[in-house]
Amino acid sequence: MRKVLTTCGYCGTGCNFYLNVEDNEIVGVTPKNDHPISKGKLCVKGWQGHSFVHHKDRLKKPLMRQSDGSFSEVSWETAYSYIGSKLKKIIKEKGSEAVGVLSSARCTNEENYLMVKFARSVLRTNNIDHCARL
Amino acid sequence: MTNSINELEDSEVIFVIGSNTTEQHPIIGMRIMNAVKKKGAKLIVADPRKIPLAEYATVYTPIKPGTNLAFINGILNVIISENLMNQEFIKSSTEGFEELRASIGKYMPEAVTSITGVPEDTIREIARLYAKAKTASIVYAMGITQHVTGTKNVGALANLALLTGQVGREATGVNPLRGQNNVQGACDMGALPDVLPGYQDLDSQAAQEKFAKLWGEGFAWGEGKSLGEMIEGAYNGEMKALFIMAENPMLSDPNLEHVKKALENLELLVVQDIFLSETAKLAHVVLPGASFMEKDGTFTNTERRVQRVRKALVPMAESKADWEILCGLMKTMGYSAEYSSPAEIMEEIRALVPSYGGITYQRLEKEGLQWPCPDINHPGTKFLHKGGFVRGLGRFTVNEYVESTQQPSEEYPFILTTGRIHHHYHTGTMTRRAWALDREHPEGYMEICPQDAKKLGLRQEGMVKVSSEIGEISIKVKITDKITPGVVFIPFHFGEAAVNKLIGQHHDPVVQIPEYKVCAVKLEGVR
Ligand code: SF4
Repeated sequence: MRKVLTTCGYCGTGCNFYLNVEDNEIVGVTPKNDHPISKGKLCVKGWQGHSFVHHKDRLKKPLMRQSDGSFSEVSWETAYSYIGSKLKKIIKEKGSEAVGVLSSARCTNEENYLMVKFARSVLRTNNIDHCARL
Repeated sequence: MTNSINELEDSEVIFVIGSNTTEQHPIIGMRIMNAVKKKGAKLIVADPRKIPLAEYATVYTPIKPGTNLAFINGILNVIISENLMNQEFIKSSTEGFEELRASIGKYMPEAVTSITGVPEDTIREIARLYAKAKTASIVYAMGITQHVTGTKNVGALANLALLTGQVGREATGVNPLRGQNNVQGACDMGALPDVLPGYQDLDSQAAQEKFAKLWGEGFAWGEGKSLGEMIEGAYNGEMKALFIMAENPMLSDPNLEHVKKALENLELLVVQDIFLSETAKLAHVVLPGASFMEKDGTFTNTERRVQRVRKALVPMAESKADWEILCGLMKTMGYSAEYSSPAEIMEEIRALVPSYGGITYQRLEKEGLQWPCPDINHPGTKFLHKGGFVRGLGRFTVNEYVESTQQPSEEYPFILTTGRIHHHYHTGTMTRRAWALDREHPEGYMEICPQDAKKLGLRQEGMVKVSSEIGEISIKVKITDKITPGVVFIPFHFGEAAVNKLIGQHHDPVVQIPEYKVCAVKLEGVR
């Protein structure tokens, strides 16, 4: 069994704990006694909020909508190049202010930073926000 | 937060308003209970619902939803009229006091009582407790910000701390508790339409030059559309494409039908998420992201503490960490994004964001660091504004109370307020699929007090139809004496009884936070 120290993904308190991992599966949680905030305690979400990661409904491959309205699985390359060319086309026709991105308070700092860079530097749009207001 | 979570235990007085702390931030709630039980702190709680913390309060007062601003201004009025201010602090560290004084005169307790339902003497008692304490902390959450007057509410709380000098010292301060785990970090990183990463001004020449070195000349440095404006733009056809990472506005936005039409109007909607969320169902392309257990990175908690997130699992099937997806897309579009790991992205962040300047993965290995942490030897910052404010003086703001747009009427006689419950998290995409959590609260409900339930003939566990000006839902009844008469409460985690179908398009004019906390509704029992 491996123990991986991490930060809780549920609320802004930022408790830390160890995820106990066996065969790429979470088998338990161990609190961290000397963490300055959680001090060995966790709430029910920290203790038990992890089984979703193995849920059968997880998305497994990129999906693209077909002409009949249904989704079909596609490769990453297909998904990337469709999105890329469509974004370029829209920006060329309607300007970069016709596109926007919404980043996420659930993602990491590094991902949020990249999203901002993607918006302002790659798409050259000012339209970037996230759901903190909600 | 201006101060740190642990400092709460050393506060003489803790004033909790608009935060159901034990439910939304359980570990911080516990810390507040400890402060009361073990250290004799005095707790003040103002909330329309008799929340669990109320049991520990020296003063608990119910308050009519939507009237926080009148209430806080009432407290300011008492502090000024009874001369409980910290004159020395006002003189040395603030500006704008005379304007504040002039604006606050009319909020006499007698007047405020009839607006808020808080008794005159209670307003006075709260003012005295808070102002006279050696150290007093204010703790608030979305009960303060999710109103048409959200920005003013926050301003009024800041006035309270400035007026009494309860800021810039240990165990004091104005402490917003952030809801989602990394709201603080998303804001720090500049995922906002009106600032660059690190809250640097868009039109600062120096910042532009610095960013151009890493982002290329000609990056977009104007002010963009907010989330609400983007949805509006999609609705009226101005916006053609939206790229949404790990958010589910189809459940968390007010007025769902409107949002649905807006998103369906787009030429391109890309949604990156771990499940096929309500929003993803409308997308043209859905990209499978990874959960926080399947990636490396950092989160910044509500007290500005940057901490490591570590990859415990290989991502499910072909899903990828969101940063990898963004890199892949950037490369496909012909931009370089050669980051081998999030640690490398952090190196770029620290080069651009001064308050993260001293934050490296190596330093974070041992323990988190609280920003501002400007250089590699800086120990991080426990509380802000020590020895003065960054921008010179602390500015008082004038915040006039305006009535909520949602008042009870003959047709819609009840006030609905919304929020979270302990076992679920935001729109429930994750928690509703964690069986141990879902078992406890599998479905939505509406809280109502026994008197009102009786009047309407509603039974415990029976169904009720709740309608507002814009929509209706049916939901189970939960009768409880913890809620004020005339007010009902519905948590917003449940797709099949999506309370946001009821909530209109009113929002705070400055930051456009939707008015989630107040909505006039009509109730009818369903057989
Ligand atoms: S364990 Fe509970 S209180 Fe701690 S961060 Fe997670 S959700 Fe928040």
